[in-house]
Amino acid sequence: MTSILLAIDWGTIAEKLGLIVVIVSASLVIAMYETYAERKVAAFIQDRQGPNRAGPMGLLQPLADGLKLFMKEEIIPNSSNKFLFVLGPCMAMLTAMMTSAVVPWGNKVELFGRTIDLQIADINIGILYIFGVVSMGVYGIMIGGWASNNKFSLLAAIRGASQIISYELAMGLSLIALLMLTGSLSMKTIVEQQMMPGHWWNVVYQPLGFLIFFICAFAECNRTPFDLSEAENELNFGYHQEYSSMKLGFYLFAEYINMFISSAIMATLFFGGYDMPFVDESTLSINIAAIVGMVALLVKIVIFIFVFMWVRWTVPRFRYDQLMSLGWKGLIPLALFNMLLTGAIILWLDK
Amino acid sequence: MCGKEWRNALTYIFAKLKRKQEIEMESLTKRNKVMERKPMTFLESIYLWNIMKGMLITLRHFFKKKATISYPEQKRPFSPVWRGLQILNRDEEGRERCTACGLCAVACPSEAITMEAAERKADEEHLYREEKYAAKYEINMLRCIFCGLCEEACPKDAVYLSETFVPSNFERGSFIYTKEDLLIPDPKKEPEEYAKALGNRASQKDKL
Repeated sequence: MTSILLAIDWGTIAEKLGLIVVIVSASLVIAMYETYAERKVAAFIQDRQGPNRAGPMGLLQPLADGLKLFMKEEIIPNSSNKFLFVLGPCMAMLTAMMTSAVVPWGNKVELFGRTIDLQIADINIGILYIFGVVSMGVYGIMIGGWASNNKFSLLAAIRGASQIISYELAMGLSLIALLMLTGSLSMKTIVEQQMMPGHWWNVVYQPLGFLIFFICAFAECNRTPFDLSEAENELNFGYHQEYSSMKLGFYLFAEYINMFISSAIMATLFFGGYDMPFVDESTLSINIAAIVGMVALLVKIVIFIFVFMWVRWTVPRFRYDQLMSLGWKGLIPLALFNMLLTGAIILWLDK
Repeated sequence: MCGKEWRNALTYIFAKLKRKQEIEMESLTKRNKVMERKPMTFLESIYLWNIMKGMLITLRHFFKKKATISYPEQKRPFSPVWRGLQILNRDEEGRERCTACGLCAVACPSEAITMEAAERKADEEHLYREEKYAAKYEINMLRCIFCGLCEEACPKDAVYLSETFVPSNFERGSFIYTKEDLLIPDPKKEPEEYAKALGNRASQKDKL
């Protein structure tokens, strides 16, 4: 027994646990401030001022919102399925958080004589893992909508499920072309390839693939123009109509965390991850290079989040048939074409 | 030509004349556009280009000057013809001008004003300008439509519409403004408050 205990590397476990705590709390804080940023961006685009009462420039607004959500009465409808009703937001939050495990947030840091990888799990099926977890995210919507025992919620859940399933196909196909180039599913390897001298970011080689992935990311995050599952003016609030208090907060939070994580994934796969452009990281010391890399990744993520919001406050929602025809007749053939083209070019260059 | 041909020719000419008239008729605003319903071009049918254009528009608005202001800290100036909350004015020595003649109450189209007159006592000459004064003067702000007819009716320049508006409240009763609420501060004791309450409107009244 003692030998087994000794064989476990407690240091690794401790550092991974620490990393998990840091990343989870960081994504929660970022999601909080995304809500603030969303309101500010919306206001600025509509020539307004946005929240500016709580704290300087309204910076404490997310805290006030969170407090409000916590203080609200927690309502579980009588006719709902109580277990599933609670499970729904849990699933949404869980899947939103789990995706962050395979994203490399930076290279390595040296602390207390240990070299720590800034990635929770560098697994060699990283992208596959993301797809698995993201497609589980639909259960949050499905279960929530079903358990509410409300026609609008159920409609929203069906819409959401069909939308996510349709767009996942195009998303996967667009990534296959990328994987042909990288030859690896590990996120870390993909970033390192993009950092190699003489190598550009993958978006240069895969502009069409990136575009498809980008559009599909909007659909996967249930963001406007693909927010059919919570269409306010058609379905009241969609799948979270019956929810109140922090369970509603979890759904809203999960959306913002999804946005953050998908921005991180897009930055990692197509925009060089923690690669700071025009800086040779190998000349810097390890810790400084890690900090530079993290800042670079964060800046890329923030830009993507801004684009998410910018699009939301510009583009109106698709109709359901438009959504489906865009997904099945537009993006999937385009992704297939991109895949064939990439394959052909790779074969041609190899020869 | 037989009759049928004549008829055809005439119909043709009339149709042409009518069409000419339609073309030459000027529209009122000259802003009408003839909509063309063409099938979408390839560029339009992939949406992306048009979405980009729309996003550029919203981005331009992002950096534009904001249309709103932070209200309690910043306030927009009132227009000189703004008709706000009523005030009961005093003369230069701080005596009430109102003589409770009731002309404002008669002029009021929504019957918001009521008053009760009283006679000035010998020791009250520093309070009221003339022998008669309003012991009670009430305006129901829920009825008032701020038309300013009371101001025009007043022969003693006693009632003015100032440059504030009626603050909101939860209780109905609080909207019946009594004389204490309406009376302007004493210009001798509190000249600053007096000027503030009077605003630009009363001083500009002669010019308007």
